[in-house]
Amino acid sequence: MTATLDVNGKTMSVQADPATPLLWVLRDELGLTGTKFGCGVAQCGACTVHIDGQPVRSCVTPIEGLSGVKITTIEGLGGAHPLQQAWVKHDVPQCGYCQSGQIMSAAALIAQNKAPSDDDIDEAMSGNICRCGTYQRIRAAIKDAASGKVAVATAGSTTLEETAEEIAASAGATSRGAGR
Amino acid sequence: MNARFNKLLGRAEVSRRDVVVGSALVGGALLVGCSPADIMSAGSKVEVGAFGAFIKIAPDGLVTVISKHIEFGQGNHAGLAAIVAEELDADWTRVVVEQAPANAKLYANGGMGAQLTGGSSAISNSWTQLRTAGAATRAMFIQAAATKWSVPAGEITVKDSVLTHASGKTAGFGELLAEAAKITPPASPPLKDPKTFTLIGTDRVRRKDSQAKSDGTARFTQDVRLPDMLTAMVAHAPRFGGTVRSFDASEAKKVPGVVEVYEIPTGVAVVAQSTHAARMGREALKIEWNEDKAEKRGSAAIAASFRDIAAGKGPADLKWEAFESKGDAAAINAAKAGPKVLEATYEFPYLAHASMEPMNCVAAVDGNKVKLTFGSQGQTLDQLNVAKIVGTLPGSVEIETLFAGGSFGRRATFTSDYAAECVHIAKKVGKGRPVKLVWTREDDMHAGYFRPLVIHGVRVSLDKDGYPAAWRHRIVSQSIMKDSPMGGKGPDPSSTEGTAGSPYLKATPIVDAQLASPEVGVPVLWWRSVGATHTAFVMEHTIDQLARKAGKDPVDYRRALYAKAGADRHLAVLNLAVEKAGPTATAGWSRGVAVHESFGSVVAQVAEVKLVEGVPKVGRVVTAIDCGVAISPDQVAAQMEGGTCYGLSAALFGEITLTDGAVDQGNFDTYRVLRMNEAPTVETHILPSGNPPSGVGEPGTPVIAAAVANAILAATAKATSRLPFSGQTA
Repeated sequence: MTATLDVNGKTMSVQADPATPLLWVLRDELGLTGTKFGCGVAQCGACTVHIDGQPVRSCVTPIEGLSGVKITTIEGLGGAHPLQQAWVKHDVPQCGYCQSGQIMSAAALIAQNKAPSDDDIDEAMSGNICRCGTYQRIRAAIKDAASGKVAVATAGSTTLEETAEEIAASAGATSRGAGR
Repeated sequence: MNARFNKLLGRAEVSRRDVVVGSALVGGALLVGCSPADIMSAGSKVEVGAFGAFIKIAPDGLVTVISKHIEFGQGNHAGLAAIVAEELDADWTRVVVEQAPANAKLYANGGMGAQLTGGSSAISNSWTQLRTAGAATRAMFIQAAATKWSVPAGEITVKDSVLTHASGKTAGFGELLAEAAKITPPASPPLKDPKTFTLIGTDRVRRKDSQAKSDGTARFTQDVRLPDMLTAMVAHAPRFGGTVRSFDASEAKKVPGVVEVYEIPTGVAVVAQSTHAARMGREALKIEWNEDKAEKRGSAAIAASFRDIAAGKGPADLKWEAFESKGDAAAINAAKAGPKVLEATYEFPYLAHASMEPMNCVAAVDGNKVKLTFGSQGQTLDQLNVAKIVGTLPGSVEIETLFAGGSFGRRATFTSDYAAECVHIAKKVGKGRPVKLVWTREDDMHAGYFRPLVIHGVRVSLDKDGYPAAWRHRIVSQSIMKDSPMGGKGPDPSSTEGTAGSPYLKATPIVDAQLASPEVGVPVLWWRSVGATHTAFVMEHTIDQLARKAGKDPVDYRRALYAKAGADRHLAVLNLAVEKAGPTATAGWSRGVAVHESFGSVVAQVAEVKLVEGVPKVGRVVTAIDCGVAISPDQVAAQMEGGTCYGLSAALFGEITLTDGAVDQGNFDTYRVLRMNEAPTVETHILPSGNPPSGVGEPGTPVIAAAVANAILAATAKATSRLPFSGQTA
């Protein structure tokens, strides 16, 4: 079937079996590979995206019924979201594979809660596994981002502005490639 | 990874020319079964520039450091770059890291003669090599400037990639690039006095990949998309050693998007246009397996047989191998059971690595040429294994190494298991068409290469002062290295390290320590900190029980034993951790201490623990480490935090069981791992040191389980004889 999806503010058409999990449509059809496959059964959170602002595990969300909703992926945060700045400031990532999902879960949290307590963070983030064990830095980064205490400290990497522009450019190219 | 491995990784002296211009560098063909010619040919063609195999400088002055090691979380790319930048006096904000191609001549790990990331050795084996490369390049720029400016070289200084002379002349690396590239590298460039380091050891040494790993642009194997690429999934036998007897692919081929179905040595592969189609196609396969030679024992039966072996009731043809012995062993057995004798057994289950990115690989085979694009941990082994499948030379196997979503040891197998599987499929597809092999979480969990199931039996008698007089130790574990290319004669050191070499055995007059390595048809492998995953627990928990028997404080007891053994580094980290923890535990929490040396580093931890419904909850963990020079203190801390979580996850929940040979766990619902609400807060304190750097990636893992057990012992007087703490199933 042809599905029409609103991903990161762009309307995209894909040809796919309606039972296909959103995760694989994002990755295989739309080339948005920032959203990761970790478990396939909503146990690890690596595939977390937002649907109308709510965190959802895309690996168990079939594309059927997703027309008319707003889907946001890690690419849609733009690269300079306060959480992304906080992640860089704290050097949160190790292997990095789970971090897109961590950030998407955290983004949904701080959109609702500007001063999350440790319990709030536990509740919002315990569905996201990090095998490298970056949990305490994730906690610190969420608190920083929620409270607006992020100073850009990116020794040796490209500036956040440049990176955001690059992402925007590549996301645009991808959506065109997907036949918008 | 283990003693033998560390020996292989021993600091080979590297000549200036090797480092600077990248001529042949092989410490020796130490992989058994691989001829020197094999190893030497295990390199795809690499263009080495004027500054050697590790440094490239662009006309705009950007410095690229080429990492021979994969980055899968350890922070080694930042550390390796910082070593070069320090000696080169490069502007750290203008240094980037690039992954090296597969080439054992240029990029072998220390004295191993093979390109491989393991044994927490990325920094230590590169230390002198990269300092020399950086210093030589710096000298070339100074000479170029001296000639251009007609001033003595000794009057030129370098800072942040800019050369300056007292006369006011200045030039950046970019401006002097052409001239510097023509200079002959100096015979032995002077290295800095570590006291004058301006970058190494500072908080300026930060990761280079945090932005890409926070915005979704970091490229993992799972993310590879190539023109015309196919995606494959493989149906594997439910038991280890099973093979395909027959299969029916007719329904699978009807699934839209499925391109072809192939039988390969490890099962039946479905090749499709998309991951979803490959998965649907695999579900539609009908396969009859031949399990005549499969391992059909359950883990309970395997554990029971190991217990029998430990108790001296094993099969007659299974031999015991001594790994530490001194004094009159008979005296140990003569000691009567009683208050002065501790007898304990400890059991450890199989563990899966369960990295976040399940195993995967992209391969294209075109005749005798192979291109692999994936998170290769052991490039030389992968080249050798893949070359055999395709019938080509290792040098015809090109590898583009990507970030990997964790490994913890899993990606360095002697068989290159999943990469080999992908190549078998890509060979069937042929014509250079790329194939991405995707394993599901369940495929990954069922594939074995587990941390071995291990049993320890310990009997220690105390002297009149309460210190160990005689120590009998038996370890029963499947061998990781026996019959492998890294195997050797004698007891497998990856089974004994940590008991072998323990300061407590050194302080004990009579020691009889032996290993039995029964064969089981379950593939086993190193798992972050390898032997120490069990030996650290056994030694450190035993010591607390002995201290208790002796009526002594466990910290003071250790101090006395370290003094006897001359274990100064153990003593120093213990004292540092205890001092930083402060005199009293947080109200309501119990404290446990443990100390262990692995991969050249010594780690001490003070953990605060309380039992919640019978399961330990770990709060504050104060960690002290002696890892020699800490290149990046922040990344050392990150590895202590992460290593502690990894060790605690296994200690609390980690257990792979088998029923009639089939793995019971498939995903994170049945293989429980540590989550945010269970994570401790780890404080890291680094012992100041001028010694060369030692391991950091693994030494933070093995200590926590013992510290937790010791806290429980202190609170409840109950010793722990089996991990994990929760789920005490057989």
